[in-house]
Amino acid sequence: MSTIVFIDTRGNKIPKAAQEAVTYASKLAGAPVTAITFGGGSGLESLGANGASKVIVARGVTALDSQQLTKLVTDIASKESANTIVFVHDGTGKAVAPRVAAKLKAGAVAGAIALPEGNRFKRNVFSGKAQAYLEVTSPVKVISIMANSIPISTDGGAATVEEYSGDPGPSRVTLKELRKAGEGIPLPEAEIVVSAGRGMKGPENWAPVEELAKELGAATACSRPVADMHWRPHHEHVGQTGVAIRPNCYIAIGISGAIQHLAGVNQSKVIAVINKDPEAPFFKAADYGIVGDAFEIMPKLIEAAKKLNAER
Amino acid sequence: MKILVLLSQVPDTTARIAFTDGNTKFDANGVTFIVNPYDEWYALVRALELKEAAGVGSVTTITVGGADTEATIRKGLAIGADEAVRVDAQPTEALQVAEQVAAYSKDKGFDLILAGKETIDHNGAQVGGMVAELLDLPYIPLASKLDISGTTATVERDVPGGVEVLEVALPMVLSAAKGMAEQRIPNMRGIMAARTKPLTVVPAAATDNVANTALFELPPPKGAVKMIPAEDAGKLIELLHTEAKVI
Ligand SMILES: Cc1cc2nc3c(=O)[nH]c(=O)nc-3n(C[C@H](O)[C@H](O)[C@H](O)COP(=O)(O)OP(=O)(O)OC[C@H]3O[C@@H](n4cnc5c(N)ncnc54)[C@H](O)[C@@H]3O)c2cc1C
Ligand SMILES: Nc1ncnc2c1ncn2[C@@H]1O[C@H](COP(=O)(O)O)[C@@H](O)[C@H]1O
Repeated sequence: MSTIVFIDTRGNKIPKAAQEAVTYASKLAGAPVTAITFGGGSGLESLGANGASKVIVARGVTALDSQQLTKLVTDIASKESANTIVFVHDGTGKAVAPRVAAKLKAGAVAGAIALPEGNRFKRNVFSGKAQAYLEVTSPVKVISIMANSIPISTDGGAATVEEYSGDPGPSRVTLKELRKAGEGIPLPEAEIVVSAGRGMKGPENWAPVEELAKELGAATACSRPVADMHWRPHHEHVGQTGVAIRPNCYIAIGISGAIQHLAGVNQSKVIAVINKDPEAPFFKAADYGIVGDAFEIMPKLIEAAKKLNAER
Repeated sequence: MKILVLLSQVPDTTARIAFTDGNTKFDANGVTFIVNPYDEWYALVRALELKEAAGVGSVTTITVGGADTEATIRKGLAIGADEAVRVDAQPTEALQVAEQVAAYSKDKGFDLILAGKETIDHNGAQVGGMVAELLDLPYIPLASKLDISGTTATVERDVPGGVEVLEVALPMVLSAAKGMAEQRIPNMRGIMAARTKPLTVVPAAATDNVANTALFELPPPKGAVKMIPAEDAGKLIELLHTEAKVI
């Protein structure tokens, strides 16, 4: 019986989430594991450092065809007699992990946030307002992990890289276009997030938000009405109906802290809130707070961030 | 165009989250239940728009749940679904729900099966993909746009660093995220019509039992917030660096 891990390594560098998943799988197995990936990514041997002994890559599969990728994963799972298959709980993992689980009649843990205790996996439920322990009773287990759930280990050696020799089957999905939305740090991966709400009054006032984010190496986010009014792009919307994030540090500016907003950010390690209303509900969920006008406070924060950067 | 929409029932977004029976059961006492927002706002509304644009076809909703879900199911009919199906089983976990949906829909010839991105209580993002596998259909999760032309669907989804445009052969399954449609508020006519639209209850099929939630836990209460005077706002950056050590 063995553990294998499926990761998305398309793009020019190995994502942090992939390194976390390989680390998680090898910790679970107590030994180096086989990693499965697809597309044209390079530098795959470096996954050895995170705990992969071997990387099997299906270069011919480039689009997110969940049927082909399911065939790929279950082929290798059967070859390696895998009883545990680890995924990342991101857009790619969500396409493949449920299929693999249904095919193998495996109990599937969506968004594990820690290594298990026996067969019990801890995960967030009720949009982060509670946690649950899911007990998996099937012989095969499918586990998708949340970003930032495990520190990456880097003490392994190099992995061997092999081309997948099987047939992933016909494709019913074609990638027509990939529209780039600018550089920036992808929100779900960001360790620091600077977020702003309706208190910013209008899209023309976002320059200080972006500047503070840049100084801190942070991603930018926003509340739902801000995205709905098209002040900011939809992919920045965090909360119950937007993206759920769990950065180390979440700085919220001019956001009231409605329960649906908190649902997407309450897993942040540290929350700092800036709001002119001392009664804003967000302060109850915050670690640090400043009561005041964002337009007066932002320049002070930017200046302090610049000073910090100059010192380190 | 024959469309199936998966509707789940969840606690209202403002519901107080508490547990009973030694933290093994959700405490539904005093909780209002709603249609899962992703299912209602995006999957169902887009299904209705596609049917309206085509001028023919039907939109059926399916819910796996007890009789207590019927008020929620009627909301879907009030918004405009033609008929509703309830599979008479208490949902326990994702594969069980997916097997119920697949058992009902396998010989019904749906062109399109739409789920929500995830339930806001279970947060699995699993059921849609599992249904697709059980029916051997393509599956795209987290779609923010869906258009149909003939037997091909064009689907957009947000990916790290951009938007991916995919073409998929029908029939297919997808899960709907924000962007796909605008929320519709049911009007009086819709609410009246919903009372007489068919709501069929089908018996549960046999399913596998592969996992169960053994225990819930509430996060420890937050410590007191540390307030920084506005004049000293820069101190926040310093504290985040030296005290919290997160920047
Ligand atoms: C089913 C459902 C799902 C939802 N999902 C989400 C979700 O995913 N994400 C989300 O964010 N919301 C969501 N909402 C909406 C949510 O309830 C709130 O309406 C929303 O979060 C409010 O956004 P806001 O804080 O930016 O705006 P407001 O509530 O208008 O708050 C603005 C804040 O800015 C402060 N302010 C104003 N001027 C200044 C200034 N000059 N300096 C400093 N502070 C200032 C005000 O004191 C106020 O607290 C959802 C609602 C529902 C019903
Ligand atoms: N009990 C249920 N009945 C019908 N559809 C469901 C049920 N549970 C989940 N779904 C559908 O599957 C989607 C994903 O659910 P989940 O995997 O629980 O996050 C939901 O948005 C619904 O569309």
